[in-house]
Amino acid sequence: MIEARLKLAWPGFGLDVDLSLPGRGVTALFGQSGSGKTTCLRCIAGLERASEAFISINGEVWQDSRTGIFVPPHRRALGYVFQEASLFAHLSVLANLQFGLKRIAKDQRRVDLAQATELLGIGHLLERHPQHLSGGERQRVGIARALLTSPKLLLMDEPLAALDSQRKSEILPYLQRLHDELDIPVLYVSHAQDEVARLADHLVVLEAGKALASGPIGETLARLDLPLAMGDDAGVIIEGQVTSYDHAYQLLCLRLPDTLLDIRVTHAPMAVGQALRCKVQARDVSLTLHDSEHSSILNRLPVRVVSEMPADNAAHVLIRLDAGGTPLLARITRYSRDQLGVHPGQALWAQIKAVAVLA
Amino acid sequence: MSLTSADFAAIWLTLKLASLTTAILLVIGTPIALWLSRSRSWLRGPIGAIVALPLVLPPTVIGFYLLLAMGPNGFLGHFTQWLGLGTLTFSFTGLVIGSVLYSMPFVVQPLQNAFSAIGTRPLEVAATLRANPWDTFFSVILPLARPGFITAAILGFAHTVGEFGVVLMIGGNIPDKTRVVSVQIYDHVEAMDYSQAHWLAGAMLVFSFLVLLALYSGRKSRAGWS
Repeated sequence: MIEARLKLAWPGFGLDVDLSLPGRGVTALFGQSGSGKTTCLRCIAGLERASEAFISINGEVWQDSRTGIFVPPHRRALGYVFQEASLFAHLSVLANLQFGLKRIAKDQRRVDLAQATELLGIGHLLERHPQHLSGGERQRVGIARALLTSPKLLLMDEPLAALDSQRKSEILPYLQRLHDELDIPVLYVSHAQDEVARLADHLVVLEAGKALASGPIGETLARLDLPLAMGDDAGVIIEGQVTSYDHAYQLLCLRLPDTLLDIRVTHAPMAVGQALRCKVQARDVSLTLHDSEHSSILNRLPVRVVSEMPADNAAHVLIRLDAGGTPLLARITRYSRDQLGVHPGQALWAQIKAVAVLA
Repeated sequence: MSLTSADFAAIWLTLKLASLTTAILLVIGTPIALWLSRSRSWLRGPIGAIVALPLVLPPTVIGFYLLLAMGPNGFLGHFTQWLGLGTLTFSFTGLVIGSVLYSMPFVVQPLQNAFSAIGTRPLEVAATLRANPWDTFFSVILPLARPGFITAAILGFAHTVGEFGVVLMIGGNIPDKTRVVSVQIYDHVEAMDYSQAHWLAGAMLVFSFLVLLALYSGRKSRAGWS
């Protein structure tokens, strides 16, 4: 369990949050710039000192302003990945990696050099100097360097924000491996919904220094009352289990949690029983009154209307749906809503194009 | 005719003074420069201005105040007399103190620029990698600021070699103790011994040119240090 109660007042900016976050998995701190997400992270790291604070990481208190405890950053067992990799320019990649590693007592090391370099695919870069690395490589070295301190908490401050989309997609798989293979809780700051959707298990939405919401990713992303729903990339996360794979058509069949509903997505082969996370964007979900097999749309799910909200575009509305317990969002025109007579409780069919599902 | 033994004594004394001054300045200039580059205190302005004063003050003004301070009735003089050391005026130690003050901005400012250029990020990174502040100083700041230290040392040394006014005010002209090259040249000229002055002045000119040459050509190759 990660507890962070932070209060801080700067000219023109205040932070006032009380967060209780799961002690494992990836928690995303999501918000626009100026929402306080980076300040949160810096306070937790001790790089910034909140005037009133209580910070406890799985039982270990790092700061308690009431008792005057302030553990300086270099004594906090944390790893920090900055937005720009911030590698030491005077050291080789290997020496950068060893910088943190050699300052950790041998019996405290849980990640070794071979493991970290393998995990991030940087084994071939060790002799190089940071100036001769690409942005993506630099960031991977930065992540490995942080991991090598065997942190009890990994803090990542928009590690992909400084990279172009190609570099981003180069790093994302490594971050996913991190999530799957290491048991280190991660706080991940981002303003990009697609990153959050792919990586996070838990989501905190920040706005103007306050936490608007904190909850499991699936639930929180589907909430219509948060600014998340307004964006063009609004959507939900589905963590399904592979039930079959059609090699001829390269389609993966995914069972929605706690249901008998399957959706099909285009994907590389995966073994039956494996878990896969995919994102269904609200704008890719359409609604019909009746199931129609005469359609190119592969995924047709019986759903119930939960609620409705105006969208950022006056011609659109956002509809929250329930597919056997799994929330879905649909962005449709106001015209269609009136044509179908959409109202809470109504049974409808949601259609999702298989090619639109991001897996 | 070439350099006399008195000339060599002056050169040796000058090198000794400049080396010692540079060494002292690197030690005390580093914390001052670090503080000036990091502090947000209101004192930053006043301290920065005091450090920079020798850049604009005539050396005779610095020398005059030092003469008073180190003299038998000055606060430094009282202190050294209380210690049983007598007064520092017209002594090598006094010259070192004067030179340290006189050359201070030439050491502190390049260091301050180097520390500012490093910024706070590498220090934060080092802290999150478990390095305590001292560790961070030696393993991150020092190596990253190396070009700044080299510039500071060269400028501090060269500027001390070129010192004249302060020496004359507080050191006088005592062979082997306070008679540095610049004073020796002055002596030669006073004695109308121009040819002897040529030798020393020429040596100084060549030396100063070589120092600056090293500084300016070194700078280019170190351009990408940050």
